[in-house]
Order: sequence, then structure tokens, then C-alpha cells
Amino acid sequence: MNWETVIGLEVHVQLSTRSKLFSGTATQFGAEPNTQASIYDLALPGTLPVMNREALRMAVRFGLAIDAEIGRKSVFDRKNYFYPDLPKGYQVSQLHHPTVGRGSLTITLEDGSERVIGVTRAHMEEDAGKSLHEDFHGMTGIDLNRAGTPLLEIVSEPELRNAKEAVAYLKKLHSIIRYLDISDGNMAQGSMRCDANVSIRRQGDPELGTRTEIKNINSFRFVEKAINYEVMRQREILEDGGRIIQETRLYDSDRDETRSMRSKEVANDYRYFPEPDLLPVVIDDAYIEAVRAELPELPDQKRERFVADFGLSPYDAGVLVSSREMAEYFEQVVAICGDAKLSANWVTVELLGLLNRNNWEFVDSPISARRLGDLIARIKDNTISGKIAKTVFEAMIEDQAEVDAIIEKQGLKQVTDSGEIEQLIDAVIAGNPDQVQQFRDGKEAVFGYLVGQAMRLSRGKANPAQVNQILRDKLK
Amino acid sequence: MALEKSEVTKIAQLARLHVDDGEAEEVARRISDILELINKMQAVDTANIEPLSHPLDAVQRLRPDQVTETDRRDELQKIAPAVEAGLYLVPKVIE
Amino acid sequence: MLAKTIAELSRALRGGELSSVELTRAYLDRIERLNPDLNAYITVCGEQALAQAEDADRRLAAGDTSPVCGIPLAHKDIFCTEGVTTSCGSRMLANFVSPYDATVVEKFNAAGAVTLGKTNMDEFAMGSSNETSYFGPVKNPWDTGRVPGGSSGGSAAAVAADLCAMATGTDTGGSIRQPAAFCGVTGLKPSYGRVSRWGMIAFASSLDQAGPICKSAQDAAIMLNVMAGLDERDSTSVDLTVPDYTASLDQSLEGLRIGIPRQHFAEGLNADVEQAIRAALQEFEKLGATLVDIDLPNNELSISAYYVVAPAEASANLSRFDGVRYGYRCDNPLDLEDMYKRTRSEGFGDEVKRRILVGTYALSAGFYDAYYRKAQQIRRLIKQDFLDAFKQVDVIVGPTSPHAAFQLGAKSDPVAMYLEDIYTIAVNLAGLPAISIPSGQSNGLPVGMHIVAGDFEEARLLNVAHQFQRATDWHSRKPSLSGEDAK
Repeated sequence: MNWETVIGLEVHVQLSTRSKLFSGTATQFGAEPNTQASIYDLALPGTLPVMNREALRMAVRFGLAIDAEIGRKSVFDRKNYFYPDLPKGYQVSQLHHPTVGRGSLTITLEDGSERVIGVTRAHMEEDAGKSLHEDFHGMTGIDLNRAGTPLLEIVSEPELRNAKEAVAYLKKLHSIIRYLDISDGNMAQGSMRCDANVSIRRQGDPELGTRTEIKNINSFRFVEKAINYEVMRQREILEDGGRIIQETRLYDSDRDETRSMRSKEVANDYRYFPEPDLLPVVIDDAYIEAVRAELPELPDQKRERFVADFGLSPYDAGVLVSSREMAEYFEQVVAICGDAKLSANWVTVELLGLLNRNNWEFVDSPISARRLGDLIARIKDNTISGKIAKTVFEAMIEDQAEVDAIIEKQGLKQVTDSGEIEQLIDAVIAGNPDQVQQFRDGKEAVFGYLVGQAMRLSRGKANPAQVNQILRDKLK
Repeated sequence: MALEKSEVTKIAQLARLHVDDGEAEEVARRISDILELINKMQAVDTANIEPLSHPLDAVQRLRPDQVTETDRRDELQKIAPAVEAGLYLVPKVIE
Repeated sequence: MLAKTIAELSRALRGGELSSVELTRAYLDRIERLNPDLNAYITVCGEQALAQAEDADRRLAAGDTSPVCGIPLAHKDIFCTEGVTTSCGSRMLANFVSPYDATVVEKFNAAGAVTLGKTNMDEFAMGSSNETSYFGPVKNPWDTGRVPGGSSGGSAAAVAADLCAMATGTDTGGSIRQPAAFCGVTGLKPSYGRVSRWGMIAFASSLDQAGPICKSAQDAAIMLNVMAGLDERDSTSVDLTVPDYTASLDQSLEGLRIGIPRQHFAEGLNADVEQAIRAALQEFEKLGATLVDIDLPNNELSISAYYVVAPAEASANLSRFDGVRYGYRCDNPLDLEDMYKRTRSEGFGDEVKRRILVGTYALSAGFYDAYYRKAQQIRRLIKQDFLDAFKQVDVIVGPTSPHAAFQLGAKSDPVAMYLEDIYTIAVNLAGLPAISIPSGQSNGLPVGMHIVAGDFEEARLLNVAHQFQRATDWHSRKPSLSGEDAK
């Protein structure tokens, strides 16, 4: 039986405003519980909302970046439900008239092919607080610091066909919001959260299958695992002749499984209606154009430029622009060393490898873009070989000194003095008479061995091109 | 139109109000009377009338993104029914 | 002395004939004597009032020109007052000491007024008789067997019984005007957006508006001067210049066109009330106004639309009362659900619960279009009726209520109670300003006249009311109260 998977993602992005969506309370992560909860956030009677200008601007920035329709008149609604981390008993959100309407973004798959994924809408809403389930004598503790933080909920069309596409979509979103600087996009801290609607159907079936909603997926890796688990679960049920129940499920990363959230089973009726404490938010063309004028270069544009201006392959360019920090780092390296291809290699292989091994972000990198640029410049001017450069690179992790100083200190400078190299080669010829004879008898393969001996003798510092040349001359 | 007892139970649940079986009938009757009063408006044809959700024909003012609130936790938690370690306490939430 | 208007008291204070402390003491004494019977106040802030009075005396001595400086005032217990219990007439908030001041409170404090205390009200402003208060009903000073009207019944009774010089109220469907009519005082509901709602506990956010309850139109103008204006903390507060409302009081009514809505003189109107209003209209004609019969064809539907919109908004506004961060929480909850349900069922009274249920029903899945959306469409029709009428006339005049104050307990049926507001509710749906002023009597009880003007035309309303009060003396008639000494 062939099954087709249908996935739609709802991504909540915390906008990185200084103050909350409807109150002048700070939004910093990690503050002591309830120290960033003012009388409006606590829903004290008589308090009223006033909208944050910057939150609107950020939402419009996002809308323009995905080429979406911008709501000229967006309306806030109340979404009613009771939960201890929802102080007003309703969440202020946007139902019928969101700030960002239909748009799209392009994802690149592993085989290099591209797909355009539709974004249904992106609406603004308030975040809820947090329930802390550690035991307080059998009670739950409520921290409302996060309550009222502005969120942009980005809803995709159900157009994603497997977990990898979902991850690619999520990564693309992440990259866009980082380029726009509208959120820190930190999934571990919850500033970007993902819910996945997953269903499967028989290949060719025009009807969508019953879907489940998986909540609480807090890393790219878990998005893939949670969806794969859920697809497998649904498939087993259907193949056994069972039925999928439409429900909310929670992804448990420890057990790598999804399970039903019974507390959310009670059919909710959110009783949306227009929030009477707020008036319609009206945006005119001049506003939209002003926001558009401030848009930075976005990942797709940057990739095209890297291909056109630097001659990079679309794949390499795609890897480099996938993170704003990496793309900026790369551009600084190129500016210093002047070699885009070499820079691309060093950034995507050596540097990225180093960061990933240590779980570092670009800001944490012990090797600044300037120093990496200097290092590559030394390869270019033959001060060191590419191989020695790796040794220097390793040294640079611990040693914050300038590249030249490290090369000097460790005596890693390439030997290009032909007299010195001749001495090395004479020693190799003298020490390996059998191999020399074999070569002279026409066994070309032995040449590589002799070069290797010379390099070893120089502890890697001899210029390999010169070694080749001189050795060949001497063996003639 | 008369409201069923079961509907009273359903909306009471949504509103987190307790209506016990003994009261449900009386509550249903009272609310049905109110709905009858309300339903007089159903006789009017409003097909092409734009709803008026607000008496003001005005647009939302926007506030600069500035932090204007200070930490008043200790003072604000004095009026709370149950707090510990800066947290509001509620009976255990089961997810 | 205590019966004097703000204008008169202010002159006496500034002329040094009496001090604010003396005046405040006199009101506090009278409250102590009469309030146990009238139940107009829920909280009296004696010490704080005297401290404010001392401050006011210093300001007066320094030449302060604020017309309310040193004038004793009562706030409806719906306005948050920092450090003072703000109960909203409910068990839910009986222990709620507000950590902040409402804008209206802040403005009166800044102007030097003296807060005597917080007045009784229908629970969460839901009622037209003051009988839904958790703190017991207020008695009408004209006949303590009768209701003072509601929901601002405590404020209206306190002004009528001279337990304060002025009071604040709020009006969602008639809650300032109807009690003002029942108690024989002046009550103004300003245009929606004229007065900040910050710190005013919400009943129905798109209808609620704060306003003055006092002894004359001139006093209402003085109070509105203090209360009105843009507040950045309330998104629905309007950015319109506030005129000096006392400046136009003396304008002549020559040429004023008064609309008489047929629907306000139809079936159900008490004959005495009709007669009193008709007599008042003749008075206006003498002042140079012309009377024009008009129609407000959708007036009757205002009750239907209101009892969808107001409960729907209220059902959400009252969700915050959940026993978590402030206010009442039930004892020993078994679990979260039990805490929510028992807290809310024990904390709210029957009428409040009824309206929450009606509002929840109207918004619930499958009913939204038939109820909420429909009601908002009716609301548009009602607003259009007024816009059409104001093409022909300057103000609309009729009775505030179909009859004078009724007996306590007389209207136990909620629907009968809802019909009390048949003349006042449409104004809230349309957001217009309206005033009720005393204009006659029925069996020794006050009758209120209702005057409505176009958006933000409070100055005109006050001018019309003031001219009527210059020509008549209904507003200065006083109830005779037992336990009252001759002063």
C-alpha cells in the first residue's frame, strides 16, 4: 500500500520587541518568576491593552519577506478558554483579519530541487505564561513573565509531504526571521515553537485523512522524529483497519513517541469575537513601502548573489546563506582573503565542523572572521600549505594570537627556499636507493612515496609543488 | 426557544460555572426567557447590514516599544490567594 | 450646607467661609448617621478623606483654582482606587485592594477632590435596581422601601441624600441615567471614548462609559471638565479637544430643535411620567425651542441587541476572575476544574452568572451569526436611526425610565428588569452622550427627563439641561430623610 503524508506546520515566533504586545512590560528571557508581569499582564480588573508599534512593524516585515498580502485593516479577536497561564481567560489573537495574509516561501531539498510552500497566514497574538509542574505540595506554579509577549503564528498550507520537507520549511522560516531580525528564533528557549498537523492518505486519494496535531516540538531534529513517529503510528492503525482520532498529541523526546493529550480532549469552543478593547489596526501604502524599504537582503537573494558574484555552486551558496550569521561571517572572510571558493570551503567544512562539535553559535566562535580571512590569505600567498593551515587552524582555537604570530611561533612557515628543499631531496634519494631504482626502472607510483618522504622530513612545511619539481629534476 | 438542560450544562462548563442538577431546570427556564426577548431581533432582515462592533469609527493607536513597567511582584502578590517562590499556585495542572 | 452644589461649595471654600476639612467632617458625620439605613456606601475612607481635605485646604490657601479642590466626592466601587477595597459589588472582589488608581480617580485626586468612599452598586454593574449587590440593596432616599435604580444606585442615592457633593458612575445601558432619574439627581453618560476606561472594571467594553452624578447640570459640566480627555492607556479613548463644558451653559435655547421620539411615548409609559415630561417640553418651548416628532424605528430592538452584546462581552471580561491572582478563591479545591467552578459559582451572584451563561451561549459554536453578528447588525440600524434623527433635530428628549422608582423586590423576573432600560439602552449601543435631569414628580417620587445629543456634543446637552434647571427647581428638591437634623 502506498501512503502519502500531508503535513502543515503552525510555527509560533516570539517577536523580539523590548516590551510586550499590549503593555510596557519587559520581555527578557530568564527573569525571576513574575517580575515581568505588570497589572495588565496579570489581568487586573480595569486594565486595558495598547498595541506595540514595533510588533506591528515586525509582523509586516515578515509578511513582505514572504511576499504575502498585508492586511490593510487587521482586527484583534478574543479567543476564550480557561487555563491558569492565561490570565484574562482569553487570548488576544487575530481570527478573520490577520496582519499577514497569503504568502509563500521556497525550500531546497537535499537533492538540490526546490519546492514552493504556501503560507496561509501569519497572525499576531499574545503568548501565555508558563506552568511549572515541579511539585509545590501537589500544586502547580504559574509564572506569567511570558504572558503577553508578542507572537507571530505562521500557518503553512498542508503542502509538506514528509518530515524532511517539514524540517527544510522550518529551517527556511528560521533563516528568514533571523535575517529580518524580528526574533532570536531560539527553539530551546521557546522563542520559536512548532506544532505539526499530520495526516496520511492513500496515494491518489483526493480527500485528506484525519489529522492529529503534535504539540511541543522544540528542535529541528525533533520535528523530523516526531513526524516520522506519527506517520508510522497512523500507518499502522490504518493498515490494521483502524481509524485515526482527531486529537492533540504531545511529542515526548525522551521516549521518541507522541502521545494523546487527554486534558485537551474536551472539545474546545473558543467563542472568538472582536476584542472590544482594541480598535482595528489600519495600515496604508506609505507605511508598507517604508517597511519594505528597510528590508535587508534575504537568504534567496543572497544566495543568487553568491552564485553570480563569487562563482559558488548553488549548493554551497545555499549552505552559506542558510544562517544569517554564517553568511555574514563568510562575507567578512572573503573581504579579507579575496578567495570566495576557498573561503566557502573553510567556513562550511572546518569552521562549521568546529562549531557543531562544540555546540557553538557563530558568536561563540574562537576564530573570528578576520583571523580566518588572514589564515586563508597565508595559503594564497604560499606562506603555508593547505595542510599546515589546518594545524594553524587547530592552534587558533586555543590561541587568540594573530595568524602570522602563530605560524611563526610554531615554526610552520612553508619552506620555499629551493636550496633547503634540494638538501631534503638529496637526503631522501640517499636514504631510499631501492625506491629510486624502481622509479628509474619506470615504476611511476614510487614517485608519490618519495615526495611523501621529503614532506615528512620537512615536517610538512616544504612547498609540495617545489618538492615535486625538484625531485623530478633530480631523478632524471 | 427553550434551552435544554444539557445545553445549560455545556455552556456552564465553557464558562466554568457550576450548575447543579437541581438548579439546571430553573436556569434553563430563565435563560430561555432571555433568549425569547433577544430573538425578537430575528424578525428583522439584516442581510446587507455591516455589523457595528464598536461605536467609534476610529483606528488603533500604537505605543512606542518602550519598557514603562517596573517590577512590582511583591506588592502584586500580596493580594493573591496562594503564592510560593514568586509563583502563583494552583491545583495541579495535568497535561 | 451639604445640599449645596459644587459651584456653591467651591465659592465658599475659596472665600474662606469654610474649610475642606470641616466640609469633609460634616459629610462623614452624615454618612455615619444615614448610611446604615441607605447602604449607599460599601467603603468609607474617613482618615484618607481627612488627609486629602487637609491637603486641599493647603492648596486652596495657596490659591488653587481647581473648581473641585476640597470638594468631597464618592466613587462608584467599580473604579479602582489604590490601597482601597474595590469590590465592584461582588463577593468575588470583596477582598480586592486595588494596587492602582483608575484614570478617573487619578484625575479627581490631581484636581484636589476629597474621596469620601466607594459607593454600592449592582454586582459588576449588572442590574437596574441595585438589588444584585453582594453588599445588600441601596435604599432610595425618597422612599426607603424603593430601589434607587442601578447599577450606579449607591452614587445616585449618596448624591440625593447629601452623603457627598458629587459622585462618579458608569453607564453601560442606563446605569447612570436611570438611578439619577429614580433619585432625583443629574446624571450624564458621555459619548463613548470621552472618558478613559482605564481602571474602571469592565462590564461590556464597547458600551461602558464613566460619567458624573451630581446636583445640577452645571456641576456635571464641572465634573466632566475633570474627567474627560485622551488617555494613552485606553485605546478606545478619543483624541479630541476637551472644551470647557461650563463655558456654553448660558447659551440661549432660542431656535433649538428638540426631537420627540414617538417610540419613547408609547405603550408602557406611566401616565404621571408622561405628564411630567410633556410639561417639561412646554418649558423648553417657553425657552424658545421647537418640538419635532421623530421616529427611532428600531428602538425596541435595542433591548434584544443589548442583551446579546453586553452579556457576550461580559462573559469574556469576567473570565479573569478565576481565583488565581487576586480576589476570591474557594476553600480546599479538589482540582483545577473544581477551583474554577466553585470559585466562580461562589464568587458571582445569580444575575452575573445568568449573563455570563447568556453571553457564552450567544458566542458558542453555531450561534455566533444568529446572535452576536445579528446584534451588531441591529446595532448599526440603531446608530443609523440616531444619525437620521440628528439631521432634523439638535437633541432628542423623552423620559429616562417608563416610571418612577419601584418597590424593592418588585421585579424578580430578569426580563421585566431588563425592560427598565428601554429608553436608555439604544444610546449606549450608538455610543452617544445623554443626560437625565429631574423634571417632575410622580406620587412624590422624582421623574427623570432624558436628553440625547450627537457624538461628542456633551456641551450642548449640558447647555440644554442647565437652561431647563435655571427655569425650574426640580433639581433642587430634596427627599426628607428620617434621622436628619434640620440644617
